[in-house]
Formats: sequence, C-alpha cells, structure tokens
Amino acid sequence: MVVFSLWVINKAGGLVYQRNFADGLAPLTSNEYLVLAGTLHGIHAITSRLSPMGSSSGVQVIEAETFKLNVLLTVTGTKFVLLTSLADTNADSILQKVYDIYADAVMKNPFHTPEMPIRSEGFDTRIGLLIGTGQT
Amino acid sequence: MAYAQPHPRLSVVSNSSQSSSTDHLSPTTSTRFSLPSAPSLHAPSNKAGPNRPNIYDRNLNKTRGAEVSSAAFAFLFSEIIQYTQKRVSGINDLERQLNTLGYRIGSRVLELMIWRAEGSSKAPKREIKLLSVLVMIHAQVWKAVFGKAADAIERSVENPDEYMIIDNDPPIERHISVPRDMSQLSCSSFTAGIVEAVLDGLSFPARVTAHNTPIAQFPNRTTILIKLEKSVLEREELLK
Repeated sequence: MVVFSLWVINKAGGLVYQRNFADGLAPLTSNEYLVLAGTLHGIHAITSRLSPMGSSSGVQVIEAETFKLNVLLTVTGTKFVLLTSLADTNADSILQKVYDIYADAVMKNPFHTPEMPIRSEGFDTRIGLLIGTGQT
Repeated sequence: MAYAQPHPRLSVVSNSSQSSSTDHLSPTTSTRFSLPSAPSLHAPSNKAGPNRPNIYDRNLNKTRGAEVSSAAFAFLFSEIIQYTQKRVSGINDLERQLNTLGYRIGSRVLELMIWRAEGSSKAPKREIKLLSVLVMIHAQVWKAVFGKAADAIERSVENPDEYMIIDNDPPIERHISVPRDMSQLSCSSFTAGIVEAVLDGLSFPARVTAHNTPIAQFPNRTTILIKLEKSVLEREELLK
C-alpha cells in the first residue's frame, strides 16, 4: 500500500494544500496541480448532479490502471483527496484522520484565513506523522 | 530579552495616549478592571427567567470541578487573537492586548481560588513569601486554569529579580502555528497576563512576559518570565 499524494480542495474548487509522499507520480508544476484540482472539482459536481437515485455526495473513488484517487467530501464542501496505490484499503480511515488534523491544526489556528492556501507548521508536522513516507 | 512595551498598567493610568489601542476592550470605561455593564444586577434580564437564578446569585462552588471543552475554547481563543490582531499595529501591541485580557481573568481567578481555599477556613492565611507565591502559581493557578501544573520554576542566573515558569505544552497554544514572519509572538502573553494579575493581587507587582523557548522534544515549550519590581525584593530581604 502506497500513499502518493494528498490534496485539499476548498469549496470553490481551489487547491489549498498539496503534498507528495511516495515517489512514482508524474512530476507536475504547481500550476498544473491547480488546474487538475479545479477539474476534479468539476467532475465531482457533475457526478453529484447525475445521480439517478436522488441526491448524491458525488464521486468517492476514481480507479485508474496504476493508482486510485479517493475523495472525502465534508459537509462544508471542503474535499480531501488521497492518491494511493490500487491495493490500498485504508484510504478512508486516513482521510478521516486528515480531516481531524485539519479541524485541529488549521481551523483552530488564528493565523489561517479560511479558503486560502494552508501554511501551518502544525498541520505539516501532523500530516507527516500520519502518512510519513507513504509506505505502509 | 528586551522589554520594549511599557508596563500594561501604565496604559490605564495614562489612558489618553493609549485610548485607540485599548478602547475596543472596554468601550465604555477606561480601566482594565471595569465590569462589563451588567443589567442583570438591577433588572433581571429575560434570559435569567423567574426560576433560574442569575449568574451573580449562583453558588461559586458549583463550578469548582467543571471543565470547559478545549475545542470550544480553542475556537474562542483563535477568534480573540484574530479580533485583536486586526486592531493593533504590531507584535508588541498584540502581546500587550493579550496580556491585558489575561489580566482580567487572573484577578478573578485569584479571588475565586482564595475564596474556595480559605473561605471556610477558621484561620484563613495569605501567602506573603515570594517563593510560596511562585509555587502556588505554578501548581494551583495552573491547575485552576489549565487543569494541570506547570512543568518547572526557575530562577534567572544573571538577574536575581527574574523568575521563570515553564510550560512544555501550553494548552492554549496547542493548535496555534505562528507564521514565520511573526516568530517572536507568543500567544501565551495571555497566560502572562493571568500570572501578572495574580502577583499584583498578592502585592508582588511584576512585569510578566511570555517567550517561546522550543526544544526538540517540546516544540511549543513556553517560558513565562517574571521580572519583579525592586520593592518586592527589598521587602523580601526584610522578611528574612
């Protein structure tokens, strides 16, 4: 099980946090990451509108040939995205813990402006402790 | 360690020059001891209701062991800092405002603590020795405010009038990450204000400041530096 990368997307579709852990992903510039996050936000909106069985919370997992992309949507509209290997089974629990850490280290930090990029040492440290190098 | 800011109490005495920075804390009066206007004292507000005693009539011992949600406090404290930061012009100013806010808490904490400890005692006593006061702050005040004792008291080697109380992981700063460009800021100035009020209330006037002193094991380690006034040391000499 490998965790490649973590993204946090704000409710407007902007990428506010992006961090790579294990090697293996194609290297992209920060601008390209922003575009991809915006696109994912759009795809998420489409999937939640398309649902045939009433309301839906939108896409949760996108599987590709070599990796999968797990999405956790919070009630406030913030999205946590975890890029992992296909074999990974505990992405959901990692995302839930990331959300916990986000609530503690970001939302309770007076020096963070909501919806803006996350620059908080506490968040970085605790995410580092949680995921480490991404190999489990 | 430099003391660029004037003593916070001076800002009260000479309020005219400081009015812009303090008025947001007490808009109606100018002293830091001012009570917020309390209509419930005279006309019971509709919240107090006929069956619920208002807050001034409640038994003070009822909340002796009560605890506050640390998450709720973290959000409140975060908001206090954001609110204050918008209304000050620099880090020193921000620390002084936090100190002032803490002072208002400290004076109440001291009164309540002494009332609870000595109120029913036949021979109530009051600390008059510096060391026992410091130990009381380190243990009892910290327990009353944070639910745990502080981690150490130290005496400065260079300056005999300086004492330090050290907290390895101050609960109020647990979720705060100070940005790099404000690295001298210590949000524990709030705690420093509490300590200053307690010392003041026991007639040990001092200037109390907070400083970040991180070590590898405790990145949030904070030192509360107490610089006692000369008169305190002179009196201490006489009491020996």
